[in-house]
Amino acid sequence: MTRGYIFARLWQTLPMLLGVVVIGFLLVHIAPGDPILALAGENGDEAYYAAMRERYGLDQPLANQLGTYLWRLAQGDLGTSAIQKQPVSDVILDRLPNTLLLAGTALVISTLGGVLAGLWAASRVGGWRDRTVAIGTLLMYALPVFWLGQIAILWFGLRWGWFPVQGRTDARSRATGLAHVLDVAHHLALPALVLASQQIAVIARLTRATLVDALRSPHIDAARARGVSESRILVRHALPAALLPVVTVVGNRVGHLVSGAVVIEIVFGWPGIGRLLVSATNDRDIPVLLGLFLLIGFAVLIANLLTDITYKWLDPRIRIG
Amino acid sequence: MRAPRTTPRRYLPWIGIILTAFVAVPALFAPLIAPYDPFALAGPPLASPSRSHLMGTDSLGRDLFSAVVHGARTSLLVSICVAAPAALIGATVGLTAGFAGGWVDNVLMRITEFIQIIPRFFLAIVVLAIFGDGYRNLVIVLAISSWPVIGRAVRSQTLAVRDLAYVESARMVGARVPRIIVREILPSMWSILTVMTGLLLADVILIEASLSFLGLGDPNHASWGRLASDAQQYLRHAWWLAVFPGAAIVTAVVGVNLVVNDWRPEHSDVGS
Repeated sequence: MTRGYIFARLWQTLPMLLGVVVIGFLLVHIAPGDPILALAGENGDEAYYAAMRERYGLDQPLANQLGTYLWRLAQGDLGTSAIQKQPVSDVILDRLPNTLLLAGTALVISTLGGVLAGLWAASRVGGWRDRTVAIGTLLMYALPVFWLGQIAILWFGLRWGWFPVQGRTDARSRATGLAHVLDVAHHLALPALVLASQQIAVIARLTRATLVDALRSPHIDAARARGVSESRILVRHALPAALLPVVTVVGNRVGHLVSGAVVIEIVFGWPGIGRLLVSATNDRDIPVLLGLFLLIGFAVLIANLLTDITYKWLDPRIRIG
Repeated sequence: MRAPRTTPRRYLPWIGIILTAFVAVPALFAPLIAPYDPFALAGPPLASPSRSHLMGTDSLGRDLFSAVVHGARTSLLVSICVAAPAALIGATVGLTAGFAGGWVDNVLMRITEFIQIIPRFFLAIVVLAIFGDGYRNLVIVLAISSWPVIGRAVRSQTLAVRDLAYVESARMVGARVPRIIVREILPSMWSILTVMTGLLLADVILIEASLSFLGLGDPNHASWGRLASDAQQYLRHAWWLAVFPGAAIVTAVVGVNLVVNDWRPEHSDVGS
């Protein structure tokens, strides 16, 4: 893999990172009213406002303020939560691991499930399996995640009692070690499956489409002529080529995954950044919201960067455009 | 191995049209169809579905069916108000970039890629929290952040037809650029534009529902997402509060998807 490619992609990503920061900064500063109210909350006293004004340099011209803001950001300072009076980075980092656990599990489930469903559909193009997957994926794509979550709670949680419906652990349990891990896994199963569903739909459709395409290529005919079995053709000869686009779609959908996770967390009472986001929204805690926006914007950009590099690594034909 | 099916399944678009009508008709005639004012106390609280309350009532005794019908109106209105300007911006940018080429194309595409990569959902949350959560702000932020998919599709379609013989000959007989764009290139855009706008419509229905579910909807209008969010705390006691608003969303999104899917080329990653 050429080092030049990585540098070129990094070079393209940097201005975008800067752009996300500038958008966040401008949103706060072009908002109606005094930006200090947005940054420090509406229930501080004059002395606090004065201190905050000086800290953010709000008496300076806008360009200087942006400079100060960037400088603070580069040092990892996202400001102070207007409600909790703690550094925004601490408030977010406190919740982030739970969201990563949920989203990461869903990512693994959806990639495996999506590829398998796509294989299953492509094993007989136009047949009943294909149609089942087509209809199933359309429904999964159209279901709002919160609704699927609520239905899952109604059936699997409340009616059949298979899964707990709220939280990350059993509040009564003081379990440690393996028992604790199993408890968390039991709580995680339902929200992770629900979150994975839309992703499964997208990946299954893409895998099927690229497989159907790959099955038309000459080397497949050659393999078939040699008497290779259909299932082996599908898995060993067509699938490797079909997986390349899947890499892209997995990486490019990080934003969807996180926004889905946020909503799912509310449905299942999962203590991640989703609940933080909702309480910050209700309290108009702008520094926290802005911090989350930057974090997610950066995560999406970096996921895209890594996706492109992985793609390049898997397929050396790609040249930078 | 059987040959891949080449003709589309003709009945699917019809199912789509019927499902869409299920949502669009109540949306158009909400006051005539809803038996009660969606905000008025119309019966006992948390009554299960019955003949007088088709979808039951909520914790305050408001009629759920009326709220779902009025929610259809809100949902469709918001998504149309987002999709129409987004289609217009996307088509303009795509046509300009594709036709002009060179540095204009380069600059426009960099901007498009940048806007496309910003997490739309979280941008909307921040904007609504700062500027207030009325539908006007929601429509503006979603329209501004949603056009890039359309812009890119229109651009590649423009590139595909720009140098075809019929466009070339129009240029050769001395047609001016605006005339070539409007008379020769634009007509080839309708199918891709319809598909993309339709899918965006379905997308916006889902986004609006999710934002309302998080409490960022306009409290003055009935909304499916907020109904679902109200249902959350009564899951144990009133299943109907969760089931019906969500079912309405699914009906709308599946309906619109089936209608436009018919035109969608097999391979496009539109909407993914």
